[in-house]
Amino acid sequence: MASTSKKNESSVLFDQPGPKGLRTIRIANIIAAAVFAVVLVLILMRLAAPPDGENQLSWELWKPALEAEAWTDFYLPGLWMTLQASILAVIGAVAFGLVFGIGRLLPNPLLRGVSAVVVEFCRAVPVLLMMIFFWRGFAFLGIGNSSYWAVVLALVLYNGSVVAELVRSGVGNLPSGQREASLALGLTETQSLMQIEVPQAVFAMLPAAVTQLVVVLKDTALGSIIMYTDLLQESRRLGSMYFNILQTLVVAAVIYFVFCWLLSRLAEWLPEKMRQRTAAPTEAEAVAPIAIMDPSNINQIAVAKEVDEKMFTAGAGPRQYHVHHRGSNASIREWRRTRYMQGYDETHPESQVDPQTMEFPELGELFKARPKDGKGSDSGTSGKSAKGE
Amino acid sequence: MDNFLALFGEYDVLGAFLVNIELTLWSALFSLVLGVVLVMMRISPISSLRAVAGGYVELFKNMPLTIIMVFMVLGAYAQLKLTFSDTFATNFFWLAVTGLSLYTAAFVCEALRSGINTVPLGQAEAARALGLNFMQSAGLIILPQAFRGSVAPLGNTLIALLKNSTVAAAASVSTETSSLMSEMIEFHADAIIEIFLIFAIGYVILIIPIGILTTYLSNKLAVRR
Repeated sequence: MASTSKKNESSVLFDQPGPKGLRTIRIANIIAAAVFAVVLVLILMRLAAPPDGENQLSWELWKPALEAEAWTDFYLPGLWMTLQASILAVIGAVAFGLVFGIGRLLPNPLLRGVSAVVVEFCRAVPVLLMMIFFWRGFAFLGIGNSSYWAVVLALVLYNGSVVAELVRSGVGNLPSGQREASLALGLTETQSLMQIEVPQAVFAMLPAAVTQLVVVLKDTALGSIIMYTDLLQESRRLGSMYFNILQTLVVAAVIYFVFCWLLSRLAEWLPEKMRQRTAAPTEAEAVAPIAIMDPSNINQIAVAKEVDEKMFTAGAGPRQYHVHHRGSNASIREWRRTRYMQGYDETHPESQVDPQTMEFPELGELFKARPKDGKGSDSGTSGKSAKGE
Repeated sequence: MDNFLALFGEYDVLGAFLVNIELTLWSALFSLVLGVVLVMMRISPISSLRAVAGGYVELFKNMPLTIIMVFMVLGAYAQLKLTFSDTFATNFFWLAVTGLSLYTAAFVCEALRSGINTVPLGQAEAARALGLNFMQSAGLIILPQAFRGSVAPLGNTLIALLKNSTVAAAASVSTETSSLMSEMIEFHADAIIEIFLIFAIGYVILIIPIGILTTYLSNKLAVRR
């Protein structure tokens, strides 16, 4: 199984088909394609002749949605507004996320608590509610352009809280040796955090932050509900002028899709680049700092991948960091216990807690009970055990 | 405090939250069904099914929910005459459920697919060695384990769905929370912060148990390997 590292889950479930299987698959393929083609045709027919409506495919409706004036007067200004809000929101979100993400890791319990409350609150409240609140609030305070600032601020608060969790999980994913080494060198906890851990965490979280960029771009469309003249709002305005809202919405949807799709591809490409800069794992799908208020944050998917890599990486050996730091549990305390809870650590039997008593085994007992074949897995303890006996 | 009580007396805040919960539950049900179908298509041996499911997921993952909701009302309903009911409110409710389900199904599919990645290769190989065909090994061996492995991302998707149900405002559902909040602020501009806090805390109260339950279940159900 040399190719398991690049395993393609579609091939896992069925054997390489023989001639008979190939024929069945080919026939099924043709039937499925035919079904989809029929569905497509039905949709197009519905579009061409909707009940008591006009032909939605006619060029009279598409032309005003596609001609040059539509782009210069509506789509491009709208797109510019959308991008303006997204870019500002992303910058704000990263700043907010760094401040509160680091805040959640500081040794000071007061700062930690405040940051935790702020982050969890901003993650739980729907963005649209924040937008409406800020929109009305700014309008009452007499701030001009209130819908623009409302869109930006709401997106900063929500996405900033996600970035904060990414920072936290990035730090948590670092090998604990990083912190241990810096503490051993005499740095304080805060210094270690600011100089050693966070800079590496930032690189690790970058791909996930780009994925978050897609969320920001998509969420700016919420601004159209509070009258922000973004791409969606402009396309609706154009559509209500020529009564071709369907067509203008399709054009806007294509523009949104292209931008988001390109960003998604960038997020997939980045982890390769970032791997050299950090000791933490970098993954585009690291978005999930699991569920809100999660105290343990054990990411089963990450764990499974870990097991996978451990078993199949040829020669490189297992990764050296502790899996339980995946997700956003940044604490390195009690890692032995959590490691046991997670249920796998065959290389370090001394870290296994007895499930009945929840106690660590006595070292002497452990070496007696240990089978001889565990020799190669970790040289330190097995060397000691040889001397002890 | 009197302010809060007066607001509660005047407006049906709990009723609005109930609308959002209903939207969420119906959409969760439909998107789960559609998501499972999509993920089965994505892992099937038939390449056209894989391509269609992959295209669907890419399309809806990279599309703003707002535009889908607006499309449901202004496109599917107003232009293509897609109607669920003669009553306006019911009709818009189901249009919103349709939009939310279509959108969320893509994320459910992704969550399940990452769950499938947690199932070791040996499981599928053993299933095949026992002579199970694709549907059997997917339905009996792979998906049950995939569900257990993807509790956390599914819980996140549910939380996102609950929050996204406010976007039903874009589909003209006028009884749900964001519309009600807008209306309340309009008539009680002086109590804007109280009004916001009512709704914000309402969501925090709804979401925290989902998060705790997700964490608990994802640890409890995870297949120890």
